[in-house]
Amino acid sequence: MNSSVTPELDARFRAAAIGERLVDVRYDVLESPVGELVLAATERGLCRISYTVDGADDELARAFGARVLRMPLDDVRRELDEYFAGRRHTFDLPLDLRASGFQAAVLRELACVPYGRTDTYGSLAAKVGNPRAARAVGTVMNRNPIPIVLPCHRIVGANGALTGYAGGLHVKRALLELEGVTLPPS
Amino acid sequence: MIVAVALPPFERFYLQYRDEVLGYLRRLLGGRAEDAWQETFLRALRAYDRLDHGRHLRAWVFTIATRVAMDELRVKPPRELGVDDVAEELRRPGYRELEHLTGDLPPTERAAVVLRYGYDLPYAEIGAALGSSEDAARAAASSGVRRLRRQHEQQRHA
Repeated sequence: MNSSVTPELDARFRAAAIGERLVDVRYDVLESPVGELVLAATERGLCRISYTVDGADDELARAFGARVLRMPLDDVRRELDEYFAGRRHTFDLPLDLRASGFQAAVLRELACVPYGRTDTYGSLAAKVGNPRAARAVGTVMNRNPIPIVLPCHRIVGANGALTGYAGGLHVKRALLELEGVTLPPS
Repeated sequence: MIVAVALPPFERFYLQYRDEVLGYLRRLLGGRAEDAWQETFLRALRAYDRLDHGRHLRAWVFTIATRVAMDELRVKPPRELGVDDVAEELRRPGYRELEHLTGDLPPTERAAVVLRYGYDLPYAEIGAALGSSEDAARAAASSGVRRLRRQHEQQRHA
């Protein structure tokens, strides 16, 4: 019926689209030890990591613009591969973080929680000057646009319980074990 | 009630139409189709964030492809399509004759015939694609078909 676009022709078009800066947001899907991850970046930097592949392109279009194109994100892939292999403890990627006010303050503090350590919702709340806002911090964690790189898996309840995680509690547990954190038995 | 048709992410639009548009451009341009195909989707991408909704995207991308092809055909008139170029397009039964025959038509008639009989686009959309009216598109397709019929008669009597 139709001609099929060859992989070469397809790659040439995608490269031209990026080269002409016509793309609002590009994304890639990484097969990781904790499942498939959608990675997305604008020209400014990494803007999303998502555990949900279905509908991710729609969410990206709503947040960043309809000109969504799938493209390899080599730098992000490489740093995440190194992290999952245990060779990388901090990320060196530009971020496009569209947050303001309380959310931005909390995410800034979150970014400072070091590899292999945990902190609590209440402690993060206190660090942004609002010690009674532990629940609101939980909401910010829940909506973290760039998990793993912004390490919301390192934030646990006051009693050390893992509470919730976008990728599922088993993923939170796997990430903390990868980082050498000793966890209470599940 | 008007049902809003949301504009899909470009990736989905591209995957849906890229093969069909390449086939269409091969019919019009033969071996020169690939550059025109890339230009078509780059133009689509340039305009994409100005679209208000996701209706008529197929007709829209055919419009762009037709304009790119017309520009190309005005600069360099069509040459005879090579057998290899066309071979890929011959899987659509019933259009075998069309593929071979339309090569000699003037560009506008050729596009009108291929869009109407190869892709079932309505005349209003073909008119938009050709930058003219529905009536002009119908006239171009009908003139193209008459020309094909004459050629066919001449070949039979030759």
